[in-house]
Amino acid sequence: MNLLAVENLQARHGLLQAVRGVSFALHKGETLALVGANGAGKTTLLRTIAGAHPASGGRVRLNGTDIDDRPAHQRAAMGIALVPEGRKLFSRMTVEENLLLARAAGRPGRWTVDAVMQAFPNLQKRRRHLTAHLSGGEQQATAIGRALMTNPDVLLLDEVSLGLSPLVVDQVYAQLESLMASGTTILLVEQDLRRALRVADRVMCMLEGSIVLEGAARDLTREQVTEAYFGLGRATVAGIPA
Amino acid sequence: MSPLGSMRVQRWTPLSVGSVAVSVAVLVLLAFGPALFSPNVIDKLTTLFIYVLLAITWNALAGYGGLVSIGQQAFFGLGAYAAVRLTHAGMSVYPALILAAILVAAVSVPLSAFMLRLRAGEFAIGMWVVAELLHLLVNLDGLIQGETGTSLIALDAYSAVARRALTYWTALGSMTVLLVLLLVLLRSPTGAAIQAIRDSEEAAASVGVRVLTTKRVIFVVAAFGAALAGALWLSTTITFQPKTYFSVQWTAYMIFMVLVGGLGTFEGPIIGAVIFFLVGTWFGADGVWYLIGLGATALVFALFLPRGLWGWVDTRFGLRLLPVGYRVVAGREPPAVPAIQTPHIRS
Repeated sequence: MNLLAVENLQARHGLLQAVRGVSFALHKGETLALVGANGAGKTTLLRTIAGAHPASGGRVRLNGTDIDDRPAHQRAAMGIALVPEGRKLFSRMTVEENLLLARAAGRPGRWTVDAVMQAFPNLQKRRRHLTAHLSGGEQQATAIGRALMTNPDVLLLDEVSLGLSPLVVDQVYAQLESLMASGTTILLVEQDLRRALRVADRVMCMLEGSIVLEGAARDLTREQVTEAYFGLGRATVAGIPA
Repeated sequence: MSPLGSMRVQRWTPLSVGSVAVSVAVLVLLAFGPALFSPNVIDKLTTLFIYVLLAITWNALAGYGGLVSIGQQAFFGLGAYAAVRLTHAGMSVYPALILAAILVAAVSVPLSAFMLRLRAGEFAIGMWVVAELLHLLVNLDGLIQGETGTSLIALDAYSAVARRALTYWTALGSMTVLLVLLLVLLRSPTGAAIQAIRDSEEAAASVGVRVLTTKRVIFVVAAFGAALAGALWLSTTITFQPKTYFSVQWTAYMIFMVLVGGLGTFEGPIIGAVIFFLVGTWFGADGVWYLIGLGATALVFALFLPRGLWGWVDTRFGLRLLPVGYRVVAGREPPAVPAIQTPHIRS
């Protein structure tokens, strides 16, 4: 069974239809990268799945259960964790406090403060520091750790490389790849096509709110994704000729 | 159940222990006020207690909860109006003041279902609109006689001396209860959730914080505090004129006290209330110049001390007199899993 199933999902920003009939499924242990230009609807799609943005149509199912009418905090309690764009840490709290607040989701599981500290060792010495005083990489690690503390079934990562230097992005991705290797199910929004193709099992490309390309990362070339990215050639949608 | 489940929050330091001990001693001393101070001092202290009530509850709403309201006069006026109505129905004055605040808090619950869906500026202006609507509705009550208003005639049951003392004790008790209530609330997991929502509502929800429920808690507490202040103010002035009680000036005073004292600090609004009280005592008779002075002072603070007096002290010296904070500690955690080996991040 699919862990996460999205069917004909629609979302709007006022008059603008940001997500147009998006459908896809995410399997347990899979990493799915969502790529697309700015304004393609990637962040809105992620936020809609997490319940942070209202859907105007369609369905979202987690472990076979409809979660369309569930608010964000209930979706977190059911197993969806969002690492929002820009990290959105609780800046006047320490790293540890940020992590412990995520216990509000109330899901038992393997992720504890100690487990996060082991997964992100750079946070160990900063655990009692205010997150406002951390480096960008440490903040991103805290944001990912905070989401993991909810012991999610699905981790939604929105632009984890945003605002980080290339070196730090490499290091954050090294940590993410360890998470992926441990079987964490991830839906990842990423602007960097090369990186998306390298880390993901599958890649979906969005353009103007719709999925215009979907396929296994190993079967897609960077040129194919680039064409879809810029709307130059809507060659395949889920492998079906347009 | 607490929105945060099995967590606890702690922040006690030797300084905060000492400060709480001194605060308790001062409150005990103040409890003997009517026997120790002149009638004039008692009246002024009563006014100060009401200012503190207004400041700490607005600060809880805006400073900790991030809900900036410019319509708290809605609850201030409604508290006074409810007290008038309850005493008119035959209830004793002082229990009526407390019950009036409780009733207004109850009214604020359904109101919160609408208002808390508004964001930022929408919420601020929306609350002002609510205040104006309530003002108009209260004017329709025949007992109030429109803008002519009415008086808290039931206070005649007490001698001037007894009235002064009872009003003083009620104000002191109300202020103390609200201070303790807010201290306990802000130190609790719910308090940590409130501050998380202030920092990022989306992030708080994404980790399981019940945003609407948590915001409702602080909204209702702030409504209760403003209503209590309004009912107490009625007992000091005796007359109730809707235009005065539903005036936006009350929220302006709250904002002044909190900005000058320190937004989002526990100590700041108390200091701000004392400053506002002293400025009012010394310059209140100067009419328009007093108001110009208040505005200029707020402007100076906004430009040069944007975090207020206690905010500056907190930043400069890291001082926290009262143990409010969010040192969140897990009650009990399940055993850790084998570590995932990852490299250090350097940046």
